[in-house]
Amino acid sequence: MIAMTDITILEEKARTIRRHVVNMIFEAGSGHPGGSLSCVDIITVLYFHQMRFNSSEPDDSDRDRFILSKGHAAPTLYATLAECGYFSVNELLSLRKMGSVLQGHPDVVIPGVEASTGSLGQGLSISCGIALAAKIDMKDSRIYTLLGDGECDEGQVWEAAILASHYKLDNLTAIVDRNGLQIDGPTEKVLGLEPIAGKWREFGWHVIEIDGNKIPEIIDAFDEAQLRKGKPTVIIAHTFKGKGVSFMEWICAFHGKALSKDEMKIALQELKGD
Amino acid sequence: MESKSTRDAYGDALIELGDHPGVIVLDADLSVSTQTSKFAGKYPSRFINVGCAEQNLMGVAAGLAIAGKIPFASTYAIFSMRAWEQIRNTIAHDKLSVKIAVSHAGLTNGPDGASHQSLEDLALMRVIPNMSVINPCDAIETRNAVISEITRKGPTYIRLNRAKTPVIFDDNYHFKFGEAVKLTDGNDLAIFATGTMVHKALEASEILKKDKINARVINIHTIKPLDEKTIIKTAKETGAVISIEEHSILGGLGGAIAEVLGEQYPVPMKIIGVRDVFGESGEYEELLEKFGLTTKNIVASAREIVRRKR
Repeated sequence: MIAMTDITILEEKARTIRRHVVNMIFEAGSGHPGGSLSCVDIITVLYFHQMRFNSSEPDDSDRDRFILSKGHAAPTLYATLAECGYFSVNELLSLRKMGSVLQGHPDVVIPGVEASTGSLGQGLSISCGIALAAKIDMKDSRIYTLLGDGECDEGQVWEAAILASHYKLDNLTAIVDRNGLQIDGPTEKVLGLEPIAGKWREFGWHVIEIDGNKIPEIIDAFDEAQLRKGKPTVIIAHTFKGKGVSFMEWICAFHGKALSKDEMKIALQELKGD
Repeated sequence: MESKSTRDAYGDALIELGDHPGVIVLDADLSVSTQTSKFAGKYPSRFINVGCAEQNLMGVAAGLAIAGKIPFASTYAIFSMRAWEQIRNTIAHDKLSVKIAVSHAGLTNGPDGASHQSLEDLALMRVIPNMSVINPCDAIETRNAVISEITRKGPTYIRLNRAKTPVIFDDNYHFKFGEAVKLTDGNDLAIFATGTMVHKALEASEILKKDKINARVINIHTIKPLDEKTIIKTAKETGAVISIEEHSILGGLGGAIAEVLGEQYPVPMKIIGVRDVFGESGEYEELLEKFGLTTKNIVASAREIVRRKR
């Protein structure tokens, strides 16, 4: 059991990261606020609770690793890495600017980024490769990868899903950020994914469904995944696109649109915390 | 002359590398054809069959390289092109040491027809930043190139063939990545050949001697990075060049040489290759004949270009 105080700390950390994200995308003038905010709680729990790593020893071969397959949520990853000490939080506002290391989508030039991503559908395959290497070397490190729900339209995701199950990659945990929206509209209207949990189950995965914006549920899901042997686990994390900013939640337009100055002010006010 | 396919040499080279614990071999359900089955039989724990899923093949190989392994990813040349974007965005962009060793390139998969032949791969791989491209000319060069790749960082595309072709080099041959290999002396023209066309260029140079035309045959095994220095020097000394490749005339060896000479030392040039069409079913040698990838065509082209020079 994790103490309530720890959960409060994680919730505060998530709010801090959301504020970074809102500021970063406003300064950049472009980016993907909706899908960045939906997955903040998941990435916060991974980096501040679940994963074993040391930001001052980034090349430690026994570290747990995270691959952001939905690379358009880069601001959330960057804000988290900065909060972990991989680089200064002062650099965050250089996102997407000429000369900055903070590329529009994750790039290995950025300290803490394990693989360049952004072209959808590739992160799960990469994670399978890392997980296979860990199995071959008999390491107990774990690999986490976050996919978008729209990303599950990509055929490569399912190629990797078959492989992970075939090779019994129980050191691999995938999380699907099930915010229900993709660029052209609701996922079920663009290209129906349901029953998404059933699809993963039939592909041989252990499936856990949670509220992906509730930190205690995220923690429990990762614990359960770690205990499940013999098959990979996928966490279908039901989230709200734009989570934390009332006027953005469940609004498709905020997939790939920066906030105006007024919108940013309201957003930051809402993310101030209690 | 002994004959052996380069895919066969690749399979043997992997066995030689078997004691290297970092070597992982991946295949996409074509392990018998690509000859990775030899490694699979001997080192099953370091062989990963991803099924016929080439995009995943490249992604999984990328992940293994990220974790410090040296993955060799194999399938047919044409099917690796299906994962071009994965190769570009994940493997090449991140400079991962993934060795993409693919068989049945060019027309060597004759009877299977156009869908299984690969005449565009050199162009598609060459255009990607950070990517190295090796097209060995025989079994010995293949073996040496594969062995040397183990210590070279970064991604490489190694083009292999189904057909048995003459073994040109002997066991003393030393493969040097990125360095063109002069095979014959001559100052009347240069023949830059790659892969399966190298032995045909050698045959042509013998025939040309009867016409008192001395051709300098140069084996370009590394298409990228191209040995620009040797190419420019050779153009200066011979004044006329032919390129020949079992590939489209667009963007492959001929294209690469034309880019260099066009900018730095233009001389009359003839590019021999498949002229922007698809292949078709037929025996390998019949197809080479149809598309002009023959000793006879090299000889005729050489005579013509020497005339143009005068």
